[in-house]
Amino acid sequence: MTAQVQVLSSRWKDGRAHQLDRYLELGGYASLDAAFARSPADLVQLVKDSGLRGRGGAGFPTGMKWGFLAKGTGKPTYLVVNADESEPGTFKDMELLERDPHSLVEGVIVSAYAIGCNTAFIYLRGECGFAGRRLEAAVAEAYDRGLIGRDVKGSGFDLEVVLHRGAGAYICGEETALLSSLEGERGQPKLRPPFPAVEGLYRAPTTVNNVETIATVPYIFNKGVDWFRSMGSERSPGPKLFSVSGDVRNPGNFEFPLGVPAREVIMEAAGGMIEGKTLKAWTPGGSSTPMLTSDHLDVPMDFEGIAGAGSLLGTAAVIVMSTDVCMVRACLNFTEFYAHESCGKCTPCREGTDWMRKILARLETGQGREEDLDTLNDICDGIFGRSFCALGDGATSPIVSALKFFRDEFSQHVSGHGCPFQGGRVAVGADH
Amino acid sequence: MDDKENPAAVPLTEQTLARVEELIARYPQRRSAMLPLLFLVQAEDGYVSPAGVAQVAELLGVTKAEVGAVATFYTMFRRRPVGRYLVSVCRTLSCELRGSREIAQALCERLDVPMGGTDASGMVTVEEVECLAACDGAPVLQVNTENYERITREQALELTERLLAGELPPPTLAADGAVTEPSTAALHWRLSGLGEPPDELAERGGAP
Repeated sequence: MTAQVQVLSSRWKDGRAHQLDRYLELGGYASLDAAFARSPADLVQLVKDSGLRGRGGAGFPTGMKWGFLAKGTGKPTYLVVNADESEPGTFKDMELLERDPHSLVEGVIVSAYAIGCNTAFIYLRGECGFAGRRLEAAVAEAYDRGLIGRDVKGSGFDLEVVLHRGAGAYICGEETALLSSLEGERGQPKLRPPFPAVEGLYRAPTTVNNVETIATVPYIFNKGVDWFRSMGSERSPGPKLFSVSGDVRNPGNFEFPLGVPAREVIMEAAGGMIEGKTLKAWTPGGSSTPMLTSDHLDVPMDFEGIAGAGSLLGTAAVIVMSTDVCMVRACLNFTEFYAHESCGKCTPCREGTDWMRKILARLETGQGREEDLDTLNDICDGIFGRSFCALGDGATSPIVSALKFFRDEFSQHVSGHGCPFQGGRVAVGADH
Repeated sequence: MDDKENPAAVPLTEQTLARVEELIARYPQRRSAMLPLLFLVQAEDGYVSPAGVAQVAELLGVTKAEVGAVATFYTMFRRRPVGRYLVSVCRTLSCELRGSREIAQALCERLDVPMGGTDASGMVTVEEVECLAACDGAPVLQVNTENYERITREQALELTERLLAGELPPPTLAADGAVTEPSTAALHWRLSGLGEPPDELAERGGAP
């Protein structure tokens, strides 16, 4: 058994940790002294040595990302926190911001210091009232106490932090789209290179990091690389928040070292399947990651382990589906999402997601044809790798994986002229 | 875009304009205040009105077409006046598995509106939205972006009756400190980044 850990979630049950005084009592903002005592270059090296990988989905090494920031450009360097959490099934950043918002503010301060940034932005999803209020209050408190602003704690380091709300667009979780949005444009991705590290916000060197990533940095500065690497694996070290939802008894966020077997996350921490239900499929990292099945419960949940099983760790958002869930309906649900959220810039994604939505809808209503199954795979081939950003790739994940593991179920929709499950599942409703 | 019954020539009044410059000054470039200003216009007019587009264009030094292009990209910017309470029901998988689609349908039937519509009194707008990042509370609906979790069809209908009567039941995390914004006007003001909304916005929109 892998024990749950309490690092990022250590203050969640406190109930008052969102207040600055309480946060300080609990040891908050200690990393500022640890950081200011060292040079920025040392701190970037520390993050590189820790092996911290981005927690927003792609898993890119954070220290390396910071190391790519262009130097000597004569322009400011920007830190932009991606708090636009929208990947279906993911709710870790929101709970962190609701329960422990100062941990992000602290992370912003020390991360900004490390990369030489004097203006940081937090791009927060618009549709999250509670997290928004909490973060707004935390930033204001930090300004009042001189933790942000001119000459932070007498260090000579100046930092402005701007909280900026999104306005409802999943695509703004993609870093170049997020920067376009922050510049007051439509949130559409840009072709890379140039990467934001060279030409980002206002064409200045910029790093975009996820909430959980930045909130992890203070712990590394306080406790060191060896402590961080004592959790997880060589290439996927550290603690990680896992969001579990769907047909489990006890949905919620759980913190484990990376590499925890999926079985312990789903069957132990999340309480296992709802009474009377049997596991059929699960996403390891949100709807954009290929589904896995009950055969994959012993896969270690880290970047390499999940990749070895043919999927992606993504945001570590586990959506659990039982045997009474129709895979065509589940794919239709996800595909409606992608068709709605495709920004429309790249033809394969814009057109492909909508065609897939139409085909899945006709399969589900009994109007499908056997050749639709191959057509779906063909469209996925036409989308994957052929758009500017990963949204299109993500849209293919549920369909390709469902056809791989549950092709017969799609055929039954054709031969039976409709869905063999009533209303998409055997029994519908909040019956628990 | 529809015109309001009594469209203001300029939605942002002199009092608000003073704050607008403070907002713009936070950003290294003026245009970054685009989304905040559109939220402010929406707080005032209930939607992104043609007059609001023109005013934002003037304030930021861009064309009306550029402002319109941005406003129509984001789902939270509305093209028709929104009710005092915006009820957003999550339609994504974890919520659908627990009956959210049936909840949204029931609310539309009760309010006698198509999805996305506002009831005749102007109090409640109902819409389906994508994943609200609260999947452990499925099925989730929001009132003015605050969560009401693990809600049944009957509870959702009862909540709607109270909203129609001008009452605002507490959200799921009320004991932890969560508060539902009293109106969409107040919500949109807060989303602009200007902090606590003015009191007069609390009862803006509709009539119980």
